Amino acid sequence: MTTAIGTEQVVRSYTTYAQPLWRRVLVTREASIVGLLLAVVAVSMAIVPNFDSPLTVTFLLREIAPILLIALPMTLVIVTEEIDLSVASVVGLSSVVTGLCVQAGWPFPAAMALAIVVGTLAGTINGALVTFVGLPSLAVTIGTLALFRGVAVGLLGTTAISGFPDAWTGLARTNIPGTPVPVIMIVFALLAIGFAVLLHFTPFGRSLYAIGLNKEAAAFSGINVGMTKFWLFVMSGTVAGFAGVYFTLLYNNARGDNATGMELQVIAAVLLGGVSIFGGRGALHGVIAGVLLIGTLASALRLAGVTSDIINVITGLLLIVSVVSASLLTWAHRKRIAAVGKRKGRLAARAAVP
Amino acid sequence: MFSMRSNARRSAVMAVTASAALVLAACGGGDGDGDGDGAGTGGGDGGGDGEVSITFLPKNLGNPYFDTSSSGGTEAVEEFGGTFSEVGPSEASPTSQVSFIETAAQQGVDALVVSANDPEAICDALDEARGVGVKVVTFDSDTNPDCRDLFINQATAEGIAKVQVDLITEQIGDEGQIAILSASANATNQNAWIELMEAELDANHPDVELVEIAYGDDDDQRSFDQTAALLQTYPDLKGIISPTTVGIAAAGRYLSTSEYKGKVALTGLGTPNQMREYVEDGTVEAFALWNPADLGYLAAYAAKSLVDEEITGEPGDSFEAGKLGSYEVGEDASVLLGDPFVFNADNIDDFDF
Repeated sequence: MTTAIGTEQVVRSYTTYAQPLWRRVLVTREASIVGLLLAVVAVSMAIVPNFDSPLTVTFLLREIAPILLIALPMTLVIVTEEIDLSVASVVGLSSVVTGLCVQAGWPFPAAMALAIVVGTLAGTINGALVTFVGLPSLAVTIGTLALFRGVAVGLLGTTAISGFPDAWTGLARTNIPGTPVPVIMIVFALLAIGFAVLLHFTPFGRSLYAIGLNKEAAAFSGINVGMTKFWLFVMSGTVAGFAGVYFTLLYNNARGDNATGMELQVIAAVLLGGVSIFGGRGALHGVIAGVLLIGTLASALRLAGVTSDIINVITGLLLIVSVVSASLLTWAHRKRIAAVGKRKGRLAARAAVP
Repeated sequence: MFSMRSNARRSAVMAVTASAALVLAACGGGDGDGDGDGAGTGGGDGGGDGEVSITFLPKNLGNPYFDTSSSGGTEAVEEFGGTFSEVGPSEASPTSQVSFIETAAQQGVDALVVSANDPEAICDALDEARGVGVKVVTFDSDTNPDCRDLFINQATAEGIAKVQVDLITEQIGDEGQIAILSASANATNQNAWIELMEAELDANHPDVELVEIAYGDDDDQRSFDQTAALLQTYPDLKGIISPTTVGIAAAGRYLSTSEYKGKVALTGLGTPNQMREYVEDGTVEAFALWNPADLGYLAAYAAKSLVDEEITGEPGDSFEAGKLGSYEVGEDASVLLGDPFVFNADNIDDFDF
């Protein structure tokens, strides 16, 4: 009996991936969001009057640019199962700082630099409280959401500063020559490539998924979980600071209450784009498609004369449907794996009987 | 295989959602009375013949004041034959109107009638809309004069300040302490009026003392509480001016159920429907306002005159505004609706807004 086992060599081969390449690329949550985006664009082009004008592209991209920018670092933050709710307040603070510096007679590039530094500092405060004090980011950033907004409104009072240099406000509103695409998209494209490489092709980026899936396991495999999160919050603050400068230029207006509530638009788009709020899953192309989807849908509905309340309802429903469908799929997947496992178990048991 | 099927199902669900959204969109478009089609044709030839498409963009939707002004706008558009539509954000934040202005520019409407949430933030967007041939008329709350073709002024700040001071001093016998219950501390209109009221009091009513300016933030409960606080802090208070419709209604509600009813005078800017009860029970003798329906009506006629190139916004231009008669464009390309209207027990039943 014992000798028989020794002679029977079982060779097992493992495929590198469970599923073929086309399926891994096409049958994903990200792909379904991209597909939905394309469908919305196609349908809108066909039935919504004036949607096909180049103005649509310009207005749409210009308006969602701050959300697109902030969504990049937000994706990384949420992948690690953290959240940054203070981004819109950082936008407001950065806007106020830009305004005050310009009012004080600073050259615009210096004002912009200081505003971005202030954003970075705000991110550093978030990161320090999360990493070194060890508080949950939800609590920390709810606190700094109020704090930064309060400082912003406090600094400028209830007035607004306008009259920024025409060259700079013009730059925020001009298009890339010969296209309907605003120049801010160049900055966005560079940042998007940077963040995509960072998230998907560097050890640092891959470690974010490990942290999001299991902090302890990540720590034991040598990842410095605390410092990783710290840098993510710093990045988030910096990008939000830059978005604040852009926002100020776009509307030629520095106010403490600028971009109020934008954090929820950003987070909604990130979640719609397939990033799990429980961390550990998501990809940047999905997030970008998510932001574009919400923006395009709102733009098309507005052009069709739908009121803003209905637009909010539709966006909300879309988000809920997408999150619920993801949960349902996970549940169905588990059931299937369990069923397959049981069947395999039964087959094996039968085979074992001589 | 299974996962493919469920993915297909997911895509189907999403497609249905998208279709639902677009069906809703189509319905919404129907409400707007074919604004899409009207706009398309109107924009092409820059207006001038028959159908004029006019879009009203109030500070926010669901606000009775703007519902009334839009009803006036609708009436005017029906009279001269055109398409009317109303769009707007759900909350009155400084930049929330920008996307609606851009949408109007995309649709190529002939004229946009706006009440600005912020005098600067929507300026560039309005300029772009004008760049593609949209005529811009502001009403109720103006932008920077460079960004629009015409402003329909509901009343001059001087007129509004004077009528309220006249009403309160008459009601308290031209002596004693009064207080002001305003909207928020940064409300542009209210602050301008208060400044002028103070000047008018200093100049012509030496025995009337303005003891405090309280801010109810245009919030009903807060205005109610601020009224209570004013009456407790100043036992000799003889009158309250509230230059905001929310404030005067809240103050009226407080006074009408308190021991101060009939003893402390209340006036300011209010709407007949909100104030009717307090005028009837004697809490309020008289208050002032313009008629927002007339304001919307005049704005629509002004927009049409601009589109038809009867006027360009130069001072001295004049145009006919239906039942309201003839109007002339004044300084800074603004048109004045007229003197504020005083509502009292004798005439309040003639109004419903």
